[in-house]
Amino acid sequence: MTSLFLLQLLNGVQFGILLFLIAAGLTLVFGIMDFVNLAHGVIYMVGAYLVVSFTQMTGSYGLGLLLVLPATLLFGLALELLVFRKLYDRPHLDQVLATFGLVMIITEAVEIIWGAAPLSVPMPEALSGSIPLIAPLRYPVFRLVVIGVGLLTALGLWLVITRTRIGMRLRAGATNRAMVAALGVDIKRLFTLIFAFGAMLAGFAGAMVAPILTVDPGMGESVLILAFVVIVIGGIGSVKGAFAGALLVGLVDTLGRSFGPIVLRAFLEPAAAGQAGRVLAPMLVYILMAVILALRPAGLFGART
Amino acid sequence: MRLIPTRAWAATILFAAFAALPLIAGALEDSYLIVVATRILAYAIAALALDLILGYGGLVSFGHAAYLGIGAYAVAILNRAGVTDLGLHLLAAILGAAVFALVTGAISLRTRGIYFIMITLAFAQMAYFFFVSLSAYGGDDGVTLRARSTLFGRPLLEDDTALYYTALVLLLGLYLLAVAITRSRFGRVLTGARENPVRMRAIGFSPFRYQLTAYVISGCMAAVAGVMLANQASYVSPAFMNWHRSGELVVMVVFGGVGNLLGAVAGATIALLLEEWLAVLTDHWPILFGTVLILVVLYSRDGLAGFFRRRS
Repeated sequence: MTSLFLLQLLNGVQFGILLFLIAAGLTLVFGIMDFVNLAHGVIYMVGAYLVVSFTQMTGSYGLGLLLVLPATLLFGLALELLVFRKLYDRPHLDQVLATFGLVMIITEAVEIIWGAAPLSVPMPEALSGSIPLIAPLRYPVFRLVVIGVGLLTALGLWLVITRTRIGMRLRAGATNRAMVAALGVDIKRLFTLIFAFGAMLAGFAGAMVAPILTVDPGMGESVLILAFVVIVIGGIGSVKGAFAGALLVGLVDTLGRSFGPIVLRAFLEPAAAGQAGRVLAPMLVYILMAVILALRPAGLFGART
Repeated sequence: MRLIPTRAWAATILFAAFAALPLIAGALEDSYLIVVATRILAYAIAALALDLILGYGGLVSFGHAAYLGIGAYAVAILNRAGVTDLGLHLLAAILGAAVFALVTGAISLRTRGIYFIMITLAFAQMAYFFFVSLSAYGGDDGVTLRARSTLFGRPLLEDDTALYYTALVLLLGLYLLAVAITRSRFGRVLTGARENPVRMRAIGFSPFRYQLTAYVISGCMAAVAGVMLANQASYVSPAFMNWHRSGELVVMVVFGGVGNLLGAVAGATIALLLEEWLAVLTDHWPILFGTVLILVVLYSRDGLAGFFRRRS
């Protein structure tokens, strides 16, 4: 029981880290540009598909992963130049619609290029084993690496935001966009940069989990909506909030699915508990969001509504 | 002042065209036309519901497909329980939608702007997952209805034309209701709350209550659309509340021009016809549909209504 709990705890953290990589880009774009991007999940999906192709081309997952970074960065740049740039001054409704159109286009294009059937990437040999944690329990190395790399990325992001000039402009831009522009910062270039960077993080997340998930055209959507929940919980524009929210959502979702029925068994018949657990577990995250919003409408770390 | 009689005329022409459609379909011996037209009417009801809060209340709900699903599942669940009357189906759909809208609306309306969009989306997704894991009703696969709803205890709606006219009567009734709501004191407060909530509060109105009431009314109307859709397809599944469906509803409202109830009806017609037409051209129609959508958003600010207004 404890070992199962530990196992699921690690899975929850790993899922949370993944959500953070996606939510970080989203929350920066929301917070600084006041821009709703429904196409963010699609970029995550494109990252996963690209790593499939690059791995086949180069024969190495590691090289494939490295190639995904510039590729999704360029993809983000292209989207920003072609579509998003024209939408910054528009109402949220227009942004939602145009990016919804992009979701339709890109999802369909992916199906044309790679087909609708799920694909997979072989796990790199060196990371395919598992290591013992406590007594009988073993945990896959690759998942631990995902957690480690995700944490390093989070740390790097934190250093960039708090310690560098670009990070300072970023924070200033989130607080008062007009003032930063008036002080002579090229806000347009800053926007483009944030956008491309966010796209790269999402693509990186997709490429990183490709070996442990199946790569299919629907993978971006479930993650996008969970990333929204993360941002809403954490507070829009706050990377710290996105981190806390992502871990919370990852843990609640994973633990809820495996332990929900067990906990319910204390109150209900086993069969009813199993049934109720299966129905309730996928809803837990949204109930969590509702509770947090009822208490703090601006999210855990949000300054504004 | 000239705009109102123009709209009344446009409404008369549009509804007359809808009423005459079965005759045309009969003359062309095209039974598929009625099927498509019934779906158009059902979506028009949902788009109308959304326009009421989006256009007049400024509340961009990106989760209105949830109410379609609630309405559709009300039919499926009551049908299995042996209750087949359309009136009771509508009543159950409206009550279910009202409860869901009241709870989720009360939480969502504590926020604005981007937050509101994302939270309505998230709640719709919650409803989606609830029905996906409801294995008694087929889970992901959904359920096929044994029969359509009955009217006055008789299986009148098994006839496609009768179902079509039922949907048309419901649409007309709800359209008139929506027009009455927007012209009433309630509607003016709602618009005022959109324009300037601080001033509305200063002159003694609580925007929250008006917005929540409008949100609940809108949800109930969309549930009516769900009842009609379930009957049209004789099939109900969680796909009714997929977030793409919510997006399509917003697209319909925008195609027709936001805040112009008749536009929502026209927008639903245009969006579904465009979809049908593009699907004939290519299997990969979403690419074309998405492109049209982006172009409309970028280059036509008020949808088609704006396009015509500029022309005249």
